Amino acid sequence: MANVVLRNVRKTYPGGVDAIKGVDFEVGDGQFCVLVGPSGCGKSTLLRMVAGLETITSGEIDIGGRVVNQVEPADRDIAMVFQNYALYPHMSVYNNMAYGLRNRGMAKPEIDKRVREAAQILEIGPMLDRKPKQLSGGQRQRVAMGRAIVRQPKVFLFDEPLSNLDAKLRIAMRVEIRKLQRRLSTTSIYVTHDQLEAMTLADILVVMNGGVVEQIGNPLDIYQKPATTFVASFIGAPPMNLTPFKPGEASIAVPGNTGGILGVRPEDLTLTTGTASDGGIRYDLTVEAIERVGAETFVYGSRNGAKEAAAVSSKPGELPPGEIIVRLPGQAAPAIGERIVAVAPRDKLHIFGADGRSRIEL
Amino acid sequence: MVENEGIRRYVAHAILWIGIAIVAFPVYLAFVASTQDNAAIANGQMSLLPGGHFLETYYKTLFVGSSGTTREPVGTMLLNSLIMALSIALGKIFISILSAYAIVFFRFPFRMTVFWIIFITLMLPVEVRIYPTYKIAADLNLLDSYSGLALPLIASATATLLFRQFFMTVPDELMEASRIDGAGPFRFFKDTLLPLSRTNMAALFVILFIYGWNQYLWPLLITTRDDMQTIQVGIRKMIVTSDALTEWPVVMATSILAMLPPVLVVIVMQKLFVRGLVETEK
Repeated sequence: MANVVLRNVRKTYPGGVDAIKGVDFEVGDGQFCVLVGPSGCGKSTLLRMVAGLETITSGEIDIGGRVVNQVEPADRDIAMVFQNYALYPHMSVYNNMAYGLRNRGMAKPEIDKRVREAAQILEIGPMLDRKPKQLSGGQRQRVAMGRAIVRQPKVFLFDEPLSNLDAKLRIAMRVEIRKLQRRLSTTSIYVTHDQLEAMTLADILVVMNGGVVEQIGNPLDIYQKPATTFVASFIGAPPMNLTPFKPGEASIAVPGNTGGILGVRPEDLTLTTGTASDGGIRYDLTVEAIERVGAETFVYGSRNGAKEAAAVSSKPGELPPGEIIVRLPGQAAPAIGERIVAVAPRDKLHIFGADGRSRIEL
Repeated sequence: MVENEGIRRYVAHAILWIGIAIVAFPVYLAFVASTQDNAAIANGQMSLLPGGHFLETYYKTLFVGSSGTTREPVGTMLLNSLIMALSIALGKIFISILSAYAIVFFRFPFRMTVFWIIFITLMLPVEVRIYPTYKIAADLNLLDSYSGLALPLIASATATLLFRQFFMTVPDELMEASRIDGAGPFRFFKDTLLPLSRTNMAALFVILFIYGWNQYLWPLLITTRDDMQTIQVGIRKMIVTSDALTEWPVVMATSILAMLPPVLVVIVMQKLFVRGLVETEK
């Protein structure tokens, strides 16, 4: 049981590439922390630095009150689950789990007890004598988890452990990982690029982009109050609609009357025939595309008058300019080409500064 | 297409049989000659069927040696060849797997330079560096010794390259998982890399054993004593060019005996050999 503290952690690769540009956060004892961000944002590097597989250029990583910058991975009291499982192909499932314990010189009966216990928790008891290649993806995943559990470490580290599984299994394993972590109440750090996984698993969510932390907090707080436009468009699917506005242009009163970026989530928009009330926002749209997923329907509309797709957005998860997504419950939807009016009330609007780096409270 | 199938198969099989016959006939002839009376061969009246001197000839070849000379019997030569081929094959595997391990898994200054130096030695086989190698072997008192036979041939760029290619396909995560599991570099090598390289090592062993077994030039130079001779050199020395009569049955029996160990190695290790060359499973 331990907390993990990162103090101004930086990573510069030889050659001058800054992968991590100063990260501070703390994961409390028994908490489940999820690092989320697009590919190349440094989340995996950061995790590998906690594991000891990457050196730390500057700053401190503290596990359970001990600065571990110079400590070998094996001595950090951590266990890691890799994306491709990294099981030893020539060893049986039993030996895969027992290997780390044997290297520590643990007594045989104790090893046996721990392996059987983990196998029982993960329901892989009948497979102990098999080789990894005789197992399915989901079973391999369980063995990889088993290898982490038997160590009874202070911290679990997960590096996109579910991304090699099919969609259905991924959801099932996601729930299981959460249950398991609750049951063992071991501090965990989990890396993923899947914002849904991040939202559902995290006690603390750390959103990263370009080697810096964009926002840290409770997942729902982040969803309700994204601190930057990056977080706003990255967390939530489909992403938040973001439209720039000039000073005085918007129908809403912004403190200081400056320009900025207006955000509204697709589910906060409703179709109407009237106008926006209480200082909300109104979009006149032409329906371009419709996605029906059963319980809900996504309507992609282009704003009347806005220049269509003037430039393809370069930021991940962002819509082409001028396009607005509306999420409607159920299956009813307007026809393609139809003109619609979507409105959102004032308290559902998110206002950001023009650079997208700051949130302005209304 | 369908009606042609039968004829095509027959033609293909016929060609294969002809090929086999071309390869196998000389071997068969050698075997037959080794069972004949020397006089019959010298007369040019050799039968194409095995004669009745099989046991006699092979006993003489293995344990007595050809008459008229003071040559060692072939048994000793076989043993010498076996020791040489085994030391070369095992030595090459041992050295090249270690150097490949260093090159692939460790970051040290001039790593790529070292790799290229090893690579360049491919261009310097024994034949090219024969004089300096001989000089060094002589200076180190290695003439007429097993270490002299094997050591200069042990360094192998080919095997190093092969292991390097294989090691590069081993996922980094496996090494990282080992590190987290508390396995240092030696344990990772012993517990993970060696077991995974098993089939590669078997395939290499077959190739290198045959390479070592077939050495001719080097053993010819480095050995002067008859009891250190290898079988490849021995056969040549049995064929007398002066006025004496060459004992062809003994020569042929020696050839057959010289062929057997590589054949045995291939047969015994065939399964592993093929797996080592085609296997991609990790």
